[in-house]
Amino acid sequence: MSIAQTLLSVEGLSKSYGGVHAVRGVSFALKAGEILALIGPNGAGKSTCFDMLNGQIVPDSGRINLLGQDTAGKKPRAIWRLGVGRTFQITATFPTMTVRENVQVALVSYGRQLFNLWSSTPKFAQAEAGRLLELVGMSGYADRPCGELAYGDLKRLELAIALANQPKLLLMDEPTAGMAPRERIELMHLTVQIARAQSIGVLFTEHDMDVVFEHADRILVLDRGTLIAEGLPEEVRRNPQVRAVYLGEGLVYDARYREGALA
Amino acid sequence: MAFYFVQFLTGLASAASLFLVASGLSIIFGVTRIVNFAHGAFYMLGAYIAFTLTEQFSGAIGFWGGIVFAALIVAALGVLVEMVLLRRIYHAPELFQLLATFGLTLMVEDLVVLIWGPSDLLGRRAPGFWGAVDFFGQNVPTYDLFLIVLGPLVLGILWLLFQRTRWGVLVRAATQDRDMVAALGVNQKWLFTSVFAVGVFLAALGGALQIPRDAVHHAMDLRIIVDVFVVIVIGGLGSIIGAFVAAVLVSELNAFGILVFPKISIILVFLVMAAVLIIRPWGLFGKQEAPARRTPGLTVNPWRPLMLNERLGAMAALVLAAALPLIGGNYALAVGSEIAIFVIFAASLHFMMSVGGLASFGHAAYFGLGAYGVAFLAKMAGLPMIVSLLLGPLLGLLGAGVFGFFSVQLSGVYFAMLTLAFAQIVWSVAFQWVAVTGGDNGILGVWPEQWAASPSHFYWLSIGAAALAVVALRITVFSPFGFALRATRDSPLRGEAIGIDGKRIQWTAFVIAGTVAGVAGALFAYLKGSIFPDSLGISLSVDALVMVLLGGVETVSGVVVGAIVYKMLSIWLVSQTDLSKLVLGGFIVLIVVVLPKGIAGILETIGNRRRPEAPALLASQIDTAE
Repeated sequence: MSIAQTLLSVEGLSKSYGGVHAVRGVSFALKAGEILALIGPNGAGKSTCFDMLNGQIVPDSGRINLLGQDTAGKKPRAIWRLGVGRTFQITATFPTMTVRENVQVALVSYGRQLFNLWSSTPKFAQAEAGRLLELVGMSGYADRPCGELAYGDLKRLELAIALANQPKLLLMDEPTAGMAPRERIELMHLTVQIARAQSIGVLFTEHDMDVVFEHADRILVLDRGTLIAEGLPEEVRRNPQVRAVYLGEGLVYDARYREGALA
Repeated sequence: MAFYFVQFLTGLASAASLFLVASGLSIIFGVTRIVNFAHGAFYMLGAYIAFTLTEQFSGAIGFWGGIVFAALIVAALGVLVEMVLLRRIYHAPELFQLLATFGLTLMVEDLVVLIWGPSDLLGRRAPGFWGAVDFFGQNVPTYDLFLIVLGPLVLGILWLLFQRTRWGVLVRAATQDRDMVAALGVNQKWLFTSVFAVGVFLAALGGALQIPRDAVHHAMDLRIIVDVFVVIVIGGLGSIIGAFVAAVLVSELNAFGILVFPKISIILVFLVMAAVLIIRPWGLFGKQEAPARRTPGLTVNPWRPLMLNERLGAMAALVLAAALPLIGGNYALAVGSEIAIFVIFAASLHFMMSVGGLASFGHAAYFGLGAYGVAFLAKMAGLPMIVSLLLGPLLGLLGAGVFGFFSVQLSGVYFAMLTLAFAQIVWSVAFQWVAVTGGDNGILGVWPEQWAASPSHFYWLSIGAAALAVVALRITVFSPFGFALRATRDSPLRGEAIGIDGKRIQWTAFVIAGTVAGVAGALFAYLKGSIFPDSLGISLSVDALVMVLLGGVETVSGVVVGAIVYKMLSIWLVSQTDLSKLVLGGFIVLIVVVLPKGIAGILETIGNRRRPEAPALLASQIDTAE
């Protein structure tokens, strides 16, 4: 993995609102196939950082190099065209369409057929839509109205939509928020499995430390807008500064680690 | 110089009433999230009741007491309306609320004529403000000076009311987060009712204060509501300061616009509104609204293309319709042609509204533009009918291209208000630009050529065009473009995240809908042989909305049924009663409250009993109130 291509490199990224420095001089890089977690307490600047990467916020300064292009200030749809899939903290899908149609819309856009007024969307790229739903384990729900899905299934559907443009990078904002513990683990297993198989880089924010320490290859820790630590889960877990601002001095992780749960 | 200053003062005086009405609308919206279309009707009622009271009671006390008392009476009526009607629809989508309050407006218009008669009424002049002040040789009525002082005075009183009273604090809190206010144990029902009463009082006061300046008549409601919508769009919904600044701005633009473009003074207002929208889409003092909510309990089955037998059924219905000339006379054929034309018109609005989530309150603009387009080509350029029919709708396309560009920058109630204002601007141009459009006299003598002249031939032409339009729009609904449009409606966030440029998609849909409406208008011009500004009017726009609603907003082709039923009903109604607006208004209110899913939606529900029943709209009153 060490010789893999760099997908995303961020240098000196900053954003302030009025006098508040939400993000200050953040720099990091992400390689193909790597699972990178962005963590930190509430108000640390995770969301701001994330929204600058996906194009919803224009940074004050700093460079974002995504797949060889400078994307700072580009619109989300332009960033998507470069090969970036997204999932949202609160799922965003199309409730009046069926599950399959949700994926088909993304495929229509990927195939640049958005202004096609004639052909039939329900017949569009059925095989590819089926393959993506199969991948996330939603084949059985293809003809169900999306509005009827349980939350965990919506998260899976979102993953399928995010994979429709054959992304090289996935940006996932709190992918397991609002899910039951077992569903969380299943969804992250699935994500990691797909990312590894297709060598997709994944950047995700997350509050559940079980999910983070179990799945991330590397971890970035933000506090009050600055990057205070970066490294392998093991290093981050032992970092005294990270413990002070975020993880606390509890013994839970140590205990679990000794038991071999995270090994 | 003095002349311009006097013109400026006249503008300021007109701003007073406009501000009162607009601030009332803004306050009501802030708390209840209802854009009260009936606000113009309350304004008109205030004027009429004040007229009666000031005629009855003479003297200064009689006059001023009459004005205030009239506003109080109307406020009491407003309370009644709020408790009986609005409480049922607080959780309905904006479209339903706008329609229900528009229904009220229609009813009030007929009631006013019934009580006070159709002619203009000239009110008394205000005691103590009879004369005029001489200003470098120009006369300024003293009553205008009174109004100029009154505007800022009311602004100050409202400010004190909101900053210094407990009620004002509650209203401000509810404007920011009404659910939180409910959670804090405030009786929301009465808060809403009191806010509505205050808002209506302001509107009625604005109307009552106009009687020394203007004649009281039964069309003043629509005139003021359009001005108020323009004020709100410029100033920002929910902001009283914004309402004040924009009221002054719009009134001054009107006052000076007459000097710059005497024929089409409204152009100036339009240009300023467009500029504001580009720089600050939510108005000078407004904040971005949360995305429009979806109808509770109206999530339907995903749309699907027709099965073979359904297609055959539709074909059979078309063949049956085509057989009408065998049994029907000329009158039946003319009615049939008109219905077919309105099917096209309603289907075009449905495409925008149901598929795109863009509920336009000014769709008649493009219908009328298509009709005028044909009239220009056929009458002035003398082109053959086929060419005129094909090219005339391009005027609708052009209008939709310009106005649609600005409109799709907004959504929800802002979109509705803006489309309405645009349509009214087009109407004003048609009305005022007599040299080109013939003004009120319209353009006459647009008759079809020999091949389409007989009623049966024209009928076949109309239903052929209607079938073509409905099928083409249906294909578009299921095309990739249709799905991209629905995607943008369902979740703009997700749409953008999968590479969809939502605004461009919506703009394209707006243009498609405007062009198809233009086709309907083109046929309509030939059917009637003439074209008048009415074909661009608000009531026609609302007719189309009701057809869509009646057919079912959340169905693909229910609109066809809705258009046929509604058009037949209204043609029959006009022949049966003089109070057609009253009946129609009542009918609209009834549909919104009782039949929110429309006819086709009801049939669908019956056909889908296996699905768990969604909670009915009626049951969802203010459930946060208790």
